[in-house]
Amino acid sequence: MRFVNEFRDPALATGLIREIGALAARLERGRTNPVAVMEVCGGHTHAIFRYGLEGLLPDIIEFVHGPGCPVCVLPMGRVDDCVAIAERPEVIFATFGDAMRVPGSRKSLLQAKADGADVRMVYSPLDALELARRNPGREVVFFGLGFETTMPSTALTVLRAAREGISNFSLFCNHITIIPTLRALLEQPDFGIDGFIGPGHVSMVIGTAPYRFIAEEFHRPLVVAGFEPIDLLQSLLMVLRQLAAGEARIENQYARVVPEGGNPAALAAVAQVYETRPTFEWRGLGSIAESGVRLREPYAAFDAERRFAVPDVKVADPDACRCGEVLTGAVKPWACPVFGTGCTPEMPLGALMVSSEGACAAYYQYGGMKGAA
Amino acid sequence: MNIPFDRPVRRPRRVTQATVTLAHGGGGTAMRDLIEDVFLETFAGAGHPAPEDQARFDLTALAALGDRLAFTTDSFVVDPLFFPGGDIGTLAVCGTVNDLAVGGARPVALSCAVIIEEGLPVETLRTVVASMARAAAAAGVSIVTGDTKVVARGACDKLFITTTGIGVVRAGLQVGIDRARPGDVVLVNGLLGDHGAAILNARGDLALETTIASDCAPLHELVDVLITAAPGVRMMRDATRGGAAAVLNELAEASAVGVRVREMDLPIRPEVNGFCEILGLDPLYLANEGKLIAVVPAEEAAAALSAWRMHPLGQGAVAVGTVVAERPGRVVMETRFGGERIVDMLVGDQLPRIC
Repeated sequence: MRFVNEFRDPALATGLIREIGALAARLERGRTNPVAVMEVCGGHTHAIFRYGLEGLLPDIIEFVHGPGCPVCVLPMGRVDDCVAIAERPEVIFATFGDAMRVPGSRKSLLQAKADGADVRMVYSPLDALELARRNPGREVVFFGLGFETTMPSTALTVLRAAREGISNFSLFCNHITIIPTLRALLEQPDFGIDGFIGPGHVSMVIGTAPYRFIAEEFHRPLVVAGFEPIDLLQSLLMVLRQLAAGEARIENQYARVVPEGGNPAALAAVAQVYETRPTFEWRGLGSIAESGVRLREPYAAFDAERRFAVPDVKVADPDACRCGEVLTGAVKPWACPVFGTGCTPEMPLGALMVSSEGACAAYYQYGGMKGAA
Repeated sequence: MNIPFDRPVRRPRRVTQATVTLAHGGGGTAMRDLIEDVFLETFAGAGHPAPEDQARFDLTALAALGDRLAFTTDSFVVDPLFFPGGDIGTLAVCGTVNDLAVGGARPVALSCAVIIEEGLPVETLRTVVASMARAAAAAGVSIVTGDTKVVARGACDKLFITTTGIGVVRAGLQVGIDRARPGDVVLVNGLLGDHGAAILNARGDLALETTIASDCAPLHELVDVLITAAPGVRMMRDATRGGAAAVLNELAEASAVGVRVREMDLPIRPEVNGFCEILGLDPLYLANEGKLIAVVPAEEAAAALSAWRMHPLGQGAVAVGTVVAERPGRVVMETRFGGERIVDMLVGDQLPRIC
């Protein structure tokens, strides 16, 4: 695969790992705690485990797996809302596959489907729109989920539905935005993260400017990174170089995909269709101001929350779960009392165990070859 | 009483309708027409003796083939029914033949039970049954008994097939999932993941342009070749649902050994890799329908590989891993640039209804 294999080149990796080792040794002097680097994006978490990167790095370097997996931060109450909508007899509920197994307080979408709800797995919101076209007598609800990466495609789908007058299509909007959440994390007094590996796909849409406050106000480096192992190693090296030099800047390792200014067309569609919610609940993190979006008034007809009586349930996370602390890096997945016992990928309690981008599922399945072994 | 006309001669049993209806499962003449016309003539040939309710086997003939009977069953619900490289019929025969063969058995005979959704075009059924007959001939087995049910629309999806098979295990041969020992070598006869990728692609909802075909094939000859070349063979499995990862994990667990595989050594077609890359799938978990994973003692590995490579289905045979004492129960993959990760069993299904 051209343009993929180059980024998995063992020789390049060896060179990068050597440089990281040398820098880590320098950083190690004069500190007792590890150098903690948070990869914000779930795609990065997945890649770190898939390629076994943790085992290749010096012990002093610790990846903290941040809140960038949209499935993982979806609160249980929203899953209950999904199930309530999906169980309406007139509804075809269309969702990305990875949301199917997220536990609600009563059941997951997968269980709802087994119980008779018409839940369909789609690969794109346009597939859901096609379902609406082909089933004019039914209400097709698309479960919109994800950060700025998926927001534009959902926005464009709503715009197309409006243009074509497809009135039996609506969006259950659970799109969230990472910036306010990063700020909320950084404002925690005991937040022990030294630097960030920034989300590549989100940045492809929003560009790099929105991260500036991380360097300017909180004096942490952030490097926007791609998803191949070489990308991650190089980005880590860039973060460490800044730390060694006592700098805090926003850098872009993923310039082959991420323009500094983002994608203006995508941003325009997002601005046209969505408005910020006053607050949105994140699983494990609680309510965070201005961290979610909903459809603007002109598109109210396509808003499933306005079209159906959504119960809007608030459900507390199970007591035993420590998802929130895992998400912020305060606790390692295997230190959670239910990790691998009460909470497994087969029977997840917390969403971090559901998605392959969740830190707990990643440790459980790919086995922490270091630390958790 | 004298009947003033001769009773009409029974017409040849032919299905005249274009689609299967509930009447074809009703036990009357329509059902007998369907069974005779579509199944019996294809499986047993014209002029076959009147069918009984069961197949009967000569025990002396069976006993000459080995010292134990092997018996297995499998149901097939693949969607779509037809895909590049095969159809549900070839799959239903090869799947059960392979389950017999990997136990060291010589496959002898299969049953064929079908559940048909009303409305299925009779031509579709004929095509599938013809595929079954061809696959059975290629595998050297007979289809000797069967059953036909028709259910209302929506009660099943088009066509489900169950095949049950018997075979005879070669005298003295001992193979088993619990027999791997540290030092053994793990072999596979060729490219991994083609079937799973072909099925997903054939569903058409991804609109990807690739020409990946299913690897669906009977593996009994490869088993023959292997047993001759590597008489110490420990275990054989066909890597179907759950892919190579499932077989390796079962092996590690049952034999209480570790298995180490090297990502670099895994035989995966570039198109399948690309396909997985786009969809976020792992080719190690993709189903195969013509891939044999075998564990042999290290000293027999070279002979096994060169013997396999002489066979059309074994040209791409390679060693993909080794059995080790460390980390019993675990499959560890050495990634492309020296990292390690655990290859676990799949939770739930990566793709539904692939076989």
